[in-house]
Amino acid sequence: MSANDPNHVKQIIRNFINDSINIDTLGDDENLFESGLINSLFAVQLMTFIERKFGFEISMDDLDIENFKSISATAAFVAQKSARQGNPNVSLQK
Amino acid sequence: MKLWSVEPEEENKSKGSHEKPEHHSDHEIALEKGSIMNLKTIGVIGIGNIGSGLVVDLVLHGINVIAVDVSEKSLETARNNILQTARLAPMFTKNVPKLTRDQILSRITFTTNLDEVPVCEFIVENVTEDWNIKKPIYERLDRIAPAGVCFGANTSCISITRISSATNRPDKVVGMHFMNPVHMMSTVEVIRSDRTSAETLVAVNHLLTQLKKEAIVVGDLPGFVSNRISHLFMNEAAFVFQDGIATADQIDLIFKKCFGHKMGPLETADLIGLDTVVRSLDVLYDSFQDLKFRCCPLLRKMVDAGHYGRKSGRGFHVYPNPEG
Repeated sequence: MSANDPNHVKQIIRNFINDSINIDTLGDDENLFESGLINSLFAVQLMTFIERKFGFEISMDDLDIENFKSISATAAFVAQKSARQGNPNVSLQK
Repeated sequence: MKLWSVEPEEENKSKGSHEKPEHHSDHEIALEKGSIMNLKTIGVIGIGNIGSGLVVDLVLHGINVIAVDVSEKSLETARNNILQTARLAPMFTKNVPKLTRDQILSRITFTTNLDEVPVCEFIVENVTEDWNIKKPIYERLDRIAPAGVCFGANTSCISITRISSATNRPDKVVGMHFMNPVHMMSTVEVIRSDRTSAETLVAVNHLLTQLKKEAIVVGDLPGFVSNRISHLFMNEAAFVFQDGIATADQIDLIFKKCFGHKMGPLETADLIGLDTVVRSLDVLYDSFQDLKFRCCPLLRKMVDAGHYGRKSGRGFHVYPNPEG
């Protein structure tokens, strides 16, 4: 299991969001912010979860809402970040 | 629960630390001259939910903070929350700097020792909404802080006049009701007691100007404007939920989608903390002796069960644990 398996990462992120938001369907490309599904308070929780789950720190250069606007965008960010760290198969943290 | 220590440190007892220092800060001198001077160090007493939010806002605006809380565990929890919120704030808030962990931490002194705050030019208190906890803290602050330092009471409901009576500087005590998330809110409800001086309001204005916020100054009765009204909404929403005529989601959605509010009353209660909401309702009920402020039994039961809202992971809604 690795952070560069997009479907697995998407499922982890989807599960985290679904634990908080009562929603029947959440598309991979649905804009989480524009749709009003999540607010800035929850976004901080989501980003904290991503850091801990995937074992890296979101840097100042990463603070772009485009990186987290949807489940797909967030999964792509996780993969890119893991690769950038030179460890594309970074294990998911328990 | 660890209690606040308001006794002087042993080493200070022999130094007569009960006497007010004669020292006049640059800020006091500037106030006397009527000039505006940026505040450099603010004391924040109580860094739970709202206190942590205030520390984030101060740090984002380049102000140093002495952050005091009751235990090392409380400080550790607050430190983590402050770091995450301050680091990620530029994503959602325009015109705030991107700061590293080290830059954030370099601006904050975390301590359990109230005696470290006399170096501050202004002190904001945010401790638990309980007069028996607040009163000895104000008595102690009054003894140790320089005479010109103003105290901002970030209380939910307790009258500022009552708080000021615990000090020998009632003219320098003012209500400052910050809202969460502090760094995203442009306005603060400022409460002027019958004894708050015009100079103190000027000092408040200096601080809020630095934070790029404005004040709405109101008079003093328990709950002021915001909480006297909002807690009726939250309490009645809890009654509606208790009566089973709507789900928590439905209640909040009606406020968001029909009234255009950003958050519904139950979400707001969860954000404030249900324990704080109950304490505030109790203060309002005790103060006005009016049945309209009686606390919803379900609300009190949820607090008894440890369901405090967002900070405990469960209230009217469920909040996932980021550690998960």
